[in-house]
Amino acid sequence: MSPQREHDGAGRRQFLKTLGGGLLVVLVTRNAFAAPSFGLPNLATNAGSADPLPEEVDAWLHIDGSGAVTVYTGKVEFGQGIRTSLAQEVAEELRVPLSSIEMLMGDTALTPFDLGTFGSRSTPQMGTQLRKAAATARERLVALAAERWHVDAARLTAAAGRVTDPRAHRSFGYGELPAGRRLTEKVRDDVVLTPAAQWSVAGRSASRVGARDIVTGRHQFTSDIRLPGMLHGRVLRPTSIGATLSTLDADAASAMPHVVVVHDGDFAGVVAPSSRAAARALDAMRAAWTPAPGEPPSSRDIFEYLKRAPAHEPGAEHEGPPGGDDPFVRGNAAAALETAEHRVTHSYTVAYIAHVPLEPRAAVAQWTRDTAGDALSIWTGTQRPFAVRDQLASAFSLPTQRVRVIVPDTGSGYGGKHTGEAAVEAARLAKQVGRPVQLVWTREEEFRWAYFRPAGVIDVDAGVRNDGTITAWMFDNYNSGPAGIRPMYSIAHQQVTFHPSASPLRQGSYRALAATANHFARETHVSELAHVIGMDPVSLRLKNIDDPRLRAVVQAAAERFGWGSAPLPSGRGAGIGCGFEKGGYVCTCAEVAVDRATGGVRIVRAVTAFDCGAIVNPDGLRNQIAGALIQGIGGALFEAIDFDHGVIRNASLTDYRVPRFDDVPAVDVVLVDRKDQPSMGAGEAPIMVLAPAVSAAIFGATGVWPRALPMARGGFPGASLQDPR
Amino acid sequence: MRIEIEVNGHRHALDVDPAQSLLSVLRDDLGLTGTKYGCGEGQCGACTVLLGQTAVHACMTPVSAGVGSAVTTIEGLERNGRLHPLQQAFIDEGALQCGYCTPGMIMAGVALLRTSPSPSPNEIARALQGNICRCGTHSRIVSAVQRAAAAAPGGAQVDTGREEGRT
Repeated sequence: MSPQREHDGAGRRQFLKTLGGGLLVVLVTRNAFAAPSFGLPNLATNAGSADPLPEEVDAWLHIDGSGAVTVYTGKVEFGQGIRTSLAQEVAEELRVPLSSIEMLMGDTALTPFDLGTFGSRSTPQMGTQLRKAAATARERLVALAAERWHVDAARLTAAAGRVTDPRAHRSFGYGELPAGRRLTEKVRDDVVLTPAAQWSVAGRSASRVGARDIVTGRHQFTSDIRLPGMLHGRVLRPTSIGATLSTLDADAASAMPHVVVVHDGDFAGVVAPSSRAAARALDAMRAAWTPAPGEPPSSRDIFEYLKRAPAHEPGAEHEGPPGGDDPFVRGNAAAALETAEHRVTHSYTVAYIAHVPLEPRAAVAQWTRDTAGDALSIWTGTQRPFAVRDQLASAFSLPTQRVRVIVPDTGSGYGGKHTGEAAVEAARLAKQVGRPVQLVWTREEEFRWAYFRPAGVIDVDAGVRNDGTITAWMFDNYNSGPAGIRPMYSIAHQQVTFHPSASPLRQGSYRALAATANHFARETHVSELAHVIGMDPVSLRLKNIDDPRLRAVVQAAAERFGWGSAPLPSGRGAGIGCGFEKGGYVCTCAEVAVDRATGGVRIVRAVTAFDCGAIVNPDGLRNQIAGALIQGIGGALFEAIDFDHGVIRNASLTDYRVPRFDDVPAVDVVLVDRKDQPSMGAGEAPIMVLAPAVSAAIFGATGVWPRALPMARGGFPGASLQDPR
Repeated sequence: MRIEIEVNGHRHALDVDPAQSLLSVLRDDLGLTGTKYGCGEGQCGACTVLLGQTAVHACMTPVSAGVGSAVTTIEGLERNGRLHPLQQAFIDEGALQCGYCTPGMIMAGVALLRTSPSPSPNEIARALQGNICRCGTHSRIVSAVQRAAAAAPGGAQVDTGREEGRT
């Protein structure tokens, strides 16, 4: 354990002591607390005693004297619905109504350490942990009742927040059982969880917790927070990426009433009593910037550049996914390609795209001082509150326990809010003025100074037999990333390699990471293999897929879509794509209409079948699946970042098009509920296979294969080339 | 310059530049943060409010345009603890994910229902074309508007708060 983590543990121990009477259940996953003083199974202690509490805790749950349940988790709510679905899982195991549970999320002073909310981990990992905590609590409460009544625990039942002795017609509310003491229980790893087939709260659709505050406008996003004495900040931005500040004339801004200019090296900003006064002051600053040396690539030549600019070149600064260059090899792909009955070789490209969370980055910073020195509280919408806490601690040379990051439920992120730029900037401004400062990025700043989904080039070389067996697979991904890179087809000869490049633009996570790019290239290519040998693309996939769960979603989507049941009119096409990522099996079928005069592509309808194991909240899951599909339309058809000379050229919603109502097709979601399988995440996988379903559909309509994402920005260029019929 | 505007039935006298955006006045001067900033260029609809009966982008509307007509924001829809039918329909349809676009969507939907009491899905989509939902909740938002229309036959009429709630 690091010294920092010990400090955090101390802070949280202090907090736990303020909880008062009731039952506290903690989950300890690391062996740091295998100490005898914290031995299993019972840790019941009397209130006020110095009971040992764990430091390396992953979750905890508290039931107070009134029976109210509070769950503490470092996960955050960004629209994916885990505030609701995690509470459902706790309610299920604890046998309490959903409404009796409060979720305290994403507060580094109050919740256990968490790596972050990404990678579709909340349901499989945090959900399972919380279920264990709740089941442990329930068993302990039943045991307490058995002690009080001097009966065998086996004859007692727990339901609706009470432990009941049916034979004696008596019961205790959960809150009564600790009888004023504070009891602490460690989660038992071997606790028996309720099988999904027996769920009554989980497994059913639940209305979104907090929805009333959203529809009334009462919910406070970070930018809605108004602290007493709070001022508003703005930050001066460079004229191009990597430019350094050579001169700054801030006299006019400084002369404005109540305006403070903050200038330290390349950082310059203003603080003012209102956001519009801050904007005026920023406008009044005169700065000269020195561009970064060299001529960076532009969006026109980015793909050639990425292939010839490996990340490990001296001086390369790579912010993309780790790893790479070590190929996955099975058999001998090069030799198998030479002898293939049919060989198809193509290159695919994907553009940089922006996340465009509707709530731009924002932060409120408040400095306080006590006998222990400076302390910093930050409200900000980040998917990684503890990482941002560490970032702030490092930026201001503070111990981590003197930094508190609080994440209000946030206006989306999609992988785009892993970092704490706005938090650090707000804290710098606030430190100088000695009052709380709010900083809200403009939409333009969000486009220019956040990070992007990586651009990439993917070369695919594949061999297929006349009978549809894919015999060889050579796959080289330059820069877009390794997620979902390996085929889920049973191919005897494979060579799959990720080559990281030195990206000229700042890049990072995006919903499903590179799985979308890799599935686009792979599935488009597989559809072409089917076309080349004259085989139905659904049949070819089923011939090469062994995994029964993947086969099941392919069959479910094709059936609901009515695949191949009726010929399509001219200008229409249908396509299919399937895949597996982060525990989710997905297949999408799409029908498109292409306007041959303009090249305009409209997705008419789409069906997605999805299997993520036992479903926790079917309604929430449908929302996530349809939402991912619709978000995927942008990257598939028209989203792309334009840049040259280190400047983003379409840094506005006027110039950067995202999906709107008229882009949205009829969407049909088929849920494959596997109650016999563990519940997995669903935030990411459903976005992956829309693009290849659409690419194959465009080919069906035009006879030309799209091989670049986006496919139809300003119209599909191959629309008028030929008619396939 | 002194400007008087009426928001959610309350009159406010403010000393602001008349060219200042209505959005900035609502959020910064009146503390009505339910109306969201999303782009500042009239492209996303997160700042949609009603000016009289018309939906406008508050970020592109000078506060002076609000003089003489009643401004209604998301905070002005609830009546004595009872939600507007469209607010309730958003909850019942699960028509939100992150919820940042929701206030603007609801205000645009309320404006539509006033002029078209039982709109078709196509009409709804057209009316909400200026509102962006990044989470992809579009189909449910359309359903919510239809549900609200059905819940209030003859049109989901909402008063602007002129009669009640004035201080």
